[in-house]
Amino acid sequence: MDIILKTEHINKYFLEPTKLQALKDINMELERGEFVSIMGKSGSGKSTLLYILSTMDTNYEGDLYLDGKKMSHLSKNELARIRSEKIGFVFQFHYLLPEFSVLKNVMLPALKLGIESDSVIKKRAMETLDMLDIADQAHKKAYRISGGQKQRTSIARALINKPKIIMGDEPTGNLDSKNADKVFDIFKTLSKEKGLSLLVVTHDHDFAKRTDRIIELEDGRII
Amino acid sequence: MNSFRLILDISKTHLLSKIKQTVVAALGVTFGISTFIILMSFMTGLNDLLDGLVLNRTPHIQLYNKIEPSEIQPIDSDEEYADELTFIHSVKPKIKLERIHNALPLLSELRKNKKVLGATPQTTVKVFYLAGSNKLNGVLNGIELQEEIRLFNFKDYIVKGDANSLLKRKNSILLGSGIADKLSLDIGDKIQVMSTNGSFHDLVIGGIYQSGLAEVDDVQSFVSISMAQKIMGVGNNYISRIHVKLNDIEDAVPMAKTIESLYDVSALDIKQANAQFDTGSDIRNLISYAVSITLLIVSGFGIYNILNMFIYEKMNDIAILKATGFTGKDVMFIFISQALIIGFFGGLLGIGIGYAVSAFIDTIPFVTEALPTIKTYPINYNINFYISGVVFALVSTFLAGFLPAKKAQHIDPVEIIRGQ
Ligand SMILES: Nc1ncnc2c1ncn2[C@@H]1O[C@H](COP(=O)(O)OP(=O)(O)OP(=O)(O)O)[C@@H](O)[C@H]1O
Ligand SMILES: [Mg+2]
Repeated sequence: MDIILKTEHINKYFLEPTKLQALKDINMELERGEFVSIMGKSGSGKSTLLYILSTMDTNYEGDLYLDGKKMSHLSKNELARIRSEKIGFVFQFHYLLPEFSVLKNVMLPALKLGIESDSVIKKRAMETLDMLDIADQAHKKAYRISGGQKQRTSIARALINKPKIIMGDEPTGNLDSKNADKVFDIFKTLSKEKGLSLLVVTHDHDFAKRTDRIIELEDGRII
Repeated sequence: MNSFRLILDISKTHLLSKIKQTVVAALGVTFGISTFIILMSFMTGLNDLLDGLVLNRTPHIQLYNKIEPSEIQPIDSDEEYADELTFIHSVKPKIKLERIHNALPLLSELRKNKKVLGATPQTTVKVFYLAGSNKLNGVLNGIELQEEIRLFNFKDYIVKGDANSLLKRKNSILLGSGIADKLSLDIGDKIQVMSTNGSFHDLVIGGIYQSGLAEVDDVQSFVSISMAQKIMGVGNNYISRIHVKLNDIEDAVPMAKTIESLYDVSALDIKQANAQFDTGSDIRNLISYAVSITLLIVSGFGIYNILNMFIYEKMNDIAILKATGFTGKDVMFIFISQALIIGFFGGLLGIGIGYAVSAFIDTIPFVTEALPTIKTYPINYNINFYISGVVFALVSTFLAGFLPAKKAQHIDPVEIIRGQ
């Protein structure tokens, strides 16, 4: 068995406005190629957990292992590098750079990584956009497209660096059922054929049921 | 795409998307830099002009025979009183001629000296100017015209007529403008002068001399040196002053000392003669620098404000960039490069406008009695002002951008993303 992501006794506290333990002793594992959904009531700590797993939030107790390597205690710069190489993140609210074109938004993480040439990156970005049915929006500025289109753009961006894990905070929340199905199918194919691991927060039971496994959170604890 | 170009590309997109703020910030720099350039060009232009006036006009060393009491009084040489303390009241100078002793050999010695650019003799005669029933007292300066022109730009002060008339006619006079006004005389008119020994001489006005100093122009006129000697009734070895111009003004002080020790003559160097002048230009320079630097600091604060605002508006962008693999340093460079781009273009426009306005000021007529050689406002087109303008612009925008950029570097993306 090939574990890509593992946590040991993760606790997370918010000190403001009053002390609140948002995550309680989280122990979980994610296998290579596994497609897991995280469910739970609003405020149960799903987003908080995802930020920690994505290495963006470093302010927690416990240990996080990514691809066999311990992430806790790495510097911010090292984490930034690992994040761009290994993790694709789709936010709960579509976060795009509004003044940049859709295509540029998708390309930026790969340009930053700087491994491939501009033209290769551009080609793959266009293919990914095409796969998500928004190739026709590629040259529009990101603030000029619809919510669903923004969400698909941020999925394309998460995919651009061929990450090992994709994390999504309700990535299909803004999509109609046809597009949500399409995104689900893409995720499914990526996990089955490319061995990509997926960790997706969702409120959609039908969506969750079709994934390999469901992790259920309640009051910051896995049940 | 390398990281540097990527960062520039992102900055460019940010700046273009906020074109109004960008332009306002850049214009702040432009204003600061152009004012700096205009102020410095004008102020130093003025300084150079005034310095030039003094330097052109004033001999580096003036030699004359000072009338002062002897250091050694007869009683000092009497051995009987050698050990006594003696007091003498009301010591008066001995009668001495107002002429330099052995002037001609001294003059030719000076002219041979390698450090000397030139030396001109002058003979000064006290006279009365007579025209009709009017009688004014004044001074006639006998000069060697060609040397005066070569060494002291004498021609610049002849505001009317022709300086060369002194060469063409022996009895030609270049009349002080104040005298010409008082006696209502003009070029071509005759004027009679009476010397202190009572002889009368008829002179023809060949030109009007104006130095700009009323007390000079009201009394002083110029004739050829031989004419002055003739009016005085003395030989051609009667020379009352020698004006020396050196190749290097720095030699003036030691040279004056040497001459005094070697010859029986008093030597006044230009440093002594114009001691107060240097402080004047220093203070003017100090003021222009202080004002310019204040302006640049003010425009620096403008940029600081605008960049701070930029960063608040771009919080989301910063969080996204960081979440997708950009480091804090990358983000910092994005904002610093924005500041520098604003500084660079603002500064460039600033030196353009600074140059244009300076060039315009240069054409504005500026006519004053005091400065007969000046026709327009003086401007100093020193390339250093333009270089330091651009350097100032870059440094001040860098400093102004640094703190906001540092702040952006440390923004925690999770906080921003969660805050939504
Ligand atoms: N910055 C914060 N400061 C203090 N408390 C916070 C902060 N962010 C979240 N919390 C609290 O932590 C708990 C978990 O929040 P989280 O955003 O993880 O919920 P969630 O499961 O993602 O909810 P939703 O489904 O509505 O997105 C909540 O009780 C929330 O109030
Ligand atoms: Mg959430």
